Amino acid sequence: MIEFTLNGKKITSSEPEDTPLLWVIRDEFKLTGTKFGCGIAMCGACTIHLNDQAVRSCVLPLSAVAGSEIRTIEGLENKHPLQKAWVDEQVPQCGYCQSGQIMQAATLLASNPNPSEEDIVNHMSSNLCRCMAYKRIKSAIKTAASSSQSVVEIYDPKADSAQEIS
Amino acid sequence: MLNLKTDKDKIQEDNIDLTKRRFMIGSVGTSMLMAFGGVTSLVKSASASALLANKSFNPNIWIELNDHGDVLINIAKAEMGQHIGTALARIVSDELGADWSNVRINHVDTDPKWGYMVTGGSWSVFQSFKPMSQAGAAGRISLIDAGSKLMRVSAESCHTENSFVISGQKKISFAEIIQKGKFDKTLTPDEMSKLHLKPIKKLKLVGKKSQALDIPSKTNGTAQYGIDVELPNMVYARPIVPPTRYGSKVKNVNDINAKAIPGYLGFEVVSDPSDTLQGWVVALATSYHGAMKAVQAIKVTYDKGPTSNVSEADIQTEGSRLVNDKSQGYLFVDDGDVNTANKKAQSNITSTYKTASAIHFQLEPLNATVEFIDGICHIHTGNQWQSLTLPPIAKALNLPADNVVMHQYYLGGGFGRRLFGDYAIPAALVSQKIGKPVKMIFTREDDSLFSQPRSPSVQRFDASFDANNELLSVEHALAAGWPTLSMAPGFMPDSVDKKGKVDPFSSSGADHWYSIDNQQVRVVNNDLAQRTFLPGWLRSVGAGWIGWGVESFMDELAIKAKQDPIDFRLKLLNGKGKNASGAKRLAHTLAIAKTKSNWQQNLGKDEGMGAAVCAGQERTMPTWVSCIAKVHVNRQSGEVTVKKLTLVVDCGLVVHPDGALAQLEGSALWGASLALNEGNAFKDGKISMTNLNTYTPLRMNNLPELDIEFVKSEENPVGLGEPGVIAVGPAIGNAIYDAVGVRVYDLPIRPQDIKNKLMA
Repeated sequence: MIEFTLNGKKITSSEPEDTPLLWVIRDEFKLTGTKFGCGIAMCGACTIHLNDQAVRSCVLPLSAVAGSEIRTIEGLENKHPLQKAWVDEQVPQCGYCQSGQIMQAATLLASNPNPSEEDIVNHMSSNLCRCMAYKRIKSAIKTAASSSQSVVEIYDPKADSAQEIS
Repeated sequence: MLNLKTDKDKIQEDNIDLTKRRFMIGSVGTSMLMAFGGVTSLVKSASASALLANKSFNPNIWIELNDHGDVLINIAKAEMGQHIGTALARIVSDELGADWSNVRINHVDTDPKWGYMVTGGSWSVFQSFKPMSQAGAAGRISLIDAGSKLMRVSAESCHTENSFVISGQKKISFAEIIQKGKFDKTLTPDEMSKLHLKPIKKLKLVGKKSQALDIPSKTNGTAQYGIDVELPNMVYARPIVPPTRYGSKVKNVNDINAKAIPGYLGFEVVSDPSDTLQGWVVALATSYHGAMKAVQAIKVTYDKGPTSNVSEADIQTEGSRLVNDKSQGYLFVDDGDVNTANKKAQSNITSTYKTASAIHFQLEPLNATVEFIDGICHIHTGNQWQSLTLPPIAKALNLPADNVVMHQYYLGGGFGRRLFGDYAIPAALVSQKIGKPVKMIFTREDDSLFSQPRSPSVQRFDASFDANNELLSVEHALAAGWPTLSMAPGFMPDSVDKKGKVDPFSSSGADHWYSIDNQQVRVVNNDLAQRTFLPGWLRSVGAGWIGWGVESFMDELAIKAKQDPIDFRLKLLNGKGKNASGAKRLAHTLAIAKTKSNWQQNLGKDEGMGAAVCAGQERTMPTWVSCIAKVHVNRQSGEVTVKKLTLVVDCGLVVHPDGALAQLEGSALWGASLALNEGNAFKDGKISMTNLNTYTPLRMNNLPELDIEFVKSEENPVGLGEPGVIAVGPAIGNAIYDAVGVRVYDLPIRPQDIKNKLMA
């Protein structure tokens, strides 16, 4: 039995400890926004936050998250400025990679609210978009970053978890 | 040029020839329903309302207006990133005068009585524009009829706007009209064709900026894809893909090492009467991770199929043999007289272009979830071509086709891999056998091994010139595996020499729009490719790899003629003879692109520019695209950097401009990725690069600047999902030649190849 926090709620999983977290959150806890793409941590469709860091849940064994804080796309509660920017810029095509793209981008803005073009490319090139909506992903990140710093700070994941604890 | 009736014409009849069907408007429950008539003629006497209530109508699209004023557009098209529902809904809603914020889209399931369902070939908007406009107009007129009576004004004084019928100062909402009115009306095809449609400049939704209806759910994890389906009591499955696509037989299965895996339920050896699956074993478990591990633990021994030693080089060697042997294949184009022209030739050029295997790598791995309820097989999956997929599934299950229903979900990428849904068959067979719902997911590696690759291809060109370097003739021979031969042979028309059938999806693009007096195109099926794997329709299909040869060779011809490559093309795009209907539109896009890209200006050291054009997927529905690439070549490493792609597109009226731009952005980058990043290879009879550690599609760090322009047009709209791919590769190849003088013949373009040629 592994205990961890999933989107602010304490939960316990009874899956075998070597089960990748991806399948635990999708199949046991029914949060299907996190996607299976390559299974070898190279596409980024399964990106989630582990203690506020973007990680690939397809290769992260359940045993490694005991006592940790996990956040998935559902945990952004449709309120993250990136989600609004994604709609405003009409980013998704098939949309399959976009949960992962948003989760990846969120950790960039959390530590670097005003990223340069190069910062964005370096941070996001680990995430594959097979529809190749890269131009819009890039511009949506810029839009969200420039929307206002305070907005980004409100949704700083650290602030989120602070609220959840209190 | 090819005018024999094929299955594709039948599809087009089902869609375009919605214009030959009755249109029905009737009250059903508390709603108003509108739909085109079904195919059956038995029901002509029944009222529109009764037919609509019975769902006796064509299911490709039907429209419901409920008593709250919501407009629900039901469509049978697969949503895979092209926002097709949004485009079709805007056409209907615009004529209707509906408030866009109340419009919703529902993607419908298959049903035995439904008509043909296919989303591919960039056909959807092309086929639907007119009937959708007429449907909206018919609805508007009915609402005005009823609304004007309720307001006691003349129908002539009314118009619709924002879901109201308006007459001067008076207005009444669609919702109120539907609450109070009774609708029961049938329009004949003739009446439909005479409906007054809004002039294009009065349209408020078509051609205007809009947000796609499917996008918000794709930013918060709620969009449901096939892989997200869950059924009560289902078991998880992963396939063990056999060593060859065809002819492998399972000799022995040893699962001793799997038995300790938590949740392992055992394995099934699949027997498939449709012969789609040959030598398949499926592992079952109570969790997907259990099924994944079981596959690794189970040892299967096979009698391998006859192609288990075939390599990429073997296939290409055979392709070269076929293009070099003039007795092989059939003629696809035979204009003028190449033999007589060749006798006058003073000089010749011969070139051979090749493309390597490429795979779809749609990001959602293949999957299907299947259950049987009261003898009906319910398949939950994302699929582009239900009408092609259902018959083999029914055959595999030994069920009448009526007993198989496909439920549609968002597609995590299609690109052609989800046309023929062979991936649903193993889940269906296992579910039938074990009597439980089965969710089968292919891992990425399984998906790649079971891919339908774009076939390796070889094209040979022979051009002849007179003493003044004027072009006399071009002979073009091309060989590849033919997707349509394996998957939909009914789509293959006769060759022009009537010697056999040709795959239009492995030939289109060779019938280009340049006026060349003497031109012959010979298309050859590469039988070794055909026997080794199931060739796939990959985004941009035949034109995607044929364009690589045609447009690269066109540059060679221009250089031989000592002319600027763009001027040379413009001269041949003169609209003579059979090209009258469109070559000038293509030339127009090229001329704009030339100016827009600052052609041959401001080039740095080892930088170059190259041009290429294409006319989309088929001559019968051309989308005119010109592309100019600007590249830099690193002479030391041979690395190519695409600095900028300029694309100018004439696709007629642009229905959903932002969606159209997104399709172009994505498809242009697909073109760049296929040119520089994606080259797979067969080894031991199977695809050798099965995941991202070896198969490396373009990522954000290779994103060139994109400058895309649509020509303003009121011509009938045409498709956009694929044409943007085609011209990009050859434009890059031509730019490399311009930069460093190296002609590239093989796709993908490999730095080592350029480096070798630079050192030679």
